[in-house]
Amino acid sequence: MSIDKETAAKVAKLARIRVEDDALPALAEEFNNILGFIEQLSEVDVEGVEPMTSVTPMRLKRREDRVTEGGMPEKVLSNAPDAREGFFAVPKVVE
Amino acid sequence: MTDLNKLTIAAARDALRKGEVTSAELTEACLGAVEGAGALNAFVHDTSDLARDQAKAADERIKGGDAPAMCGIPLGIKDLFCTKGVVSQAASGILEGFKPEYESTVTQNLFDAGAVMLGKLNMDEFAMGSSNETSVYGNAVNPWKAGGQELTPGGSSGGSASAVAADLCLAATGTDTGGSIRQPAAFTGITGIKPTYGRCSRWGIVAFASSLDQAGPMTKDVRDAAIMLEAMCGHDPKDSTSADIPVPDFEAMLTGDIKGKVIGIPQEYRMDGMPEEIEKLWADGTAMLKDAGAEIRDISLPHTKYALPAYYVIAPAEASSNLARYDGVRYGHRAKLEQGDGISEMYEKTRAEGFGHEVQRRVMVGTYVLSAGFYDAYYNRARKVRTLIKRDFEQVFDQGIDAILTPATPSPAFGLGEMAEADPVQMYLNDVFTVTVNLAGLPGISVPAGLDKQGLPLGLQLIGRPWEEGDLLNTAYALEQAAGFVAKPEKWW
Repeated sequence: MSIDKETAAKVAKLARIRVEDDALPALAEEFNNILGFIEQLSEVDVEGVEPMTSVTPMRLKRREDRVTEGGMPEKVLSNAPDAREGFFAVPKVVE
Repeated sequence: MTDLNKLTIAAARDALRKGEVTSAELTEACLGAVEGAGALNAFVHDTSDLARDQAKAADERIKGGDAPAMCGIPLGIKDLFCTKGVVSQAASGILEGFKPEYESTVTQNLFDAGAVMLGKLNMDEFAMGSSNETSVYGNAVNPWKAGGQELTPGGSSGGSASAVAADLCLAATGTDTGGSIRQPAAFTGITGIKPTYGRCSRWGIVAFASSLDQAGPMTKDVRDAAIMLEAMCGHDPKDSTSADIPVPDFEAMLTGDIKGKVIGIPQEYRMDGMPEEIEKLWADGTAMLKDAGAEIRDISLPHTKYALPAYYVIAPAEASSNLARYDGVRYGHRAKLEQGDGISEMYEKTRAEGFGHEVQRRVMVGTYVLSAGFYDAYYNRARKVRTLIKRDFEQVFDQGIDAILTPATPSPAFGLGEMAEADPVQMYLNDVFTVTVNLAGLPGISVPAGLDKQGLPLGLQLIGRPWEEGDLLNTAYALEQAAGFVAKPEKWW
């Protein structure tokens, strides 16, 4: 399995990271190196093995479904690059 | 008392309790050492005002007579920990200027115990790296040198390792996803333990790979690791994977008596091309534990070889998901937009500008292995291999093995910049002996055990049964006593 320039561009798009066209061939090559290394996993016999979901055999704790904290919009917004009137502000998303 | 910054936690605690020294004096000594150590680039955010306030409060508490062990102890905190009102960037440009409104559980536990924060420590960006060369703050530098060359302190907790080894603080927090506490500890001649997954709350620690991340202490010796680990751990309802089990008095378990303990030596860790010095260190460590009364047994962990490739599927996959939150909306950096740019351009430009190269690469690899058509071939297969790796350990523990001895790293510290041209997989090989422990959720500790021919420190790793950090620390204590490692780097900074 080899990654070409088009696949690299598609992955960058999915990851929402801008990669300029001239950087794509080098990126594809890096992916191929890493995937070549990962490819060793295909040697392992995993027939009948369950994929791990939790490394410690513990049932996640349940809790009552109620509000535990909240009512602090200033704190929530305090690090926002652009916040207005109690909201996060972003570029226009609908025409 | 002179050179207060060189004290261990245990020595400082005892002196504080006897009234021979104050936390204010300890803190000033450390702040002075930090100020004179700019060349190491270990501390990246100064919190000296906070440190002085905390020291004053600690001195009051000690006078009151019932202060916990960590009360008044000056620490460095890895930049991955969110600290309230103090810049916490995970060494990334994308979190430029981020000041959390909350405190991570681990730092809160330490502060509740009276510990003092001197400042935030350098690290690899988002803890992705083995050399502290991916940091937005620039490289952290190892206080140890060989032939005049500047060396890496390892990574990702490189600033923590450098600061403790150079006596800028009494101890530091680290985090370990694939070896990020144990490898830098080995490279700098200090002790570092990654506890069992679930021992330390992950709440408020910037997430890299959530099923692997654990916090732990980086200290000058094993006793300090026991003292500080106890203060860091404990159940936390804010982390659903935090273990609700009692935390023992780890220090009280340090008897040094390991008679009758069974130590496993895994044949698969004998790698082709392993330097002779590492091989010898491992053999010496084995002999030391045998002399201390342990039984040595050869064991097999057959899936070891597949740990690193499985890790480089699982960790990037989780990272791509965790790092999706850095979108320029809620915190940190947002790219300057051009006329007509919409929200997609904002995301893409922000993430291209804010993330460094290694982080971008791992996010994209993770995106790829999770994408439609490859999920089964890569991600699910890696999770199955992870089950097998954990099973390998369970089987040897069932056969009566108490702890496993391995080298901590495949080499001593290498030169900064030395790996710049190498392909990324070469850098990943640094974690070959440590990564299995994260995949299996086990506790692992790195103990300095010798010097190589250039005079650089080398570490041995002990791996323990889940939740048995106390027993593991005791075996490490016996190894530490037998190895008698006391070397310190010569001050050049």
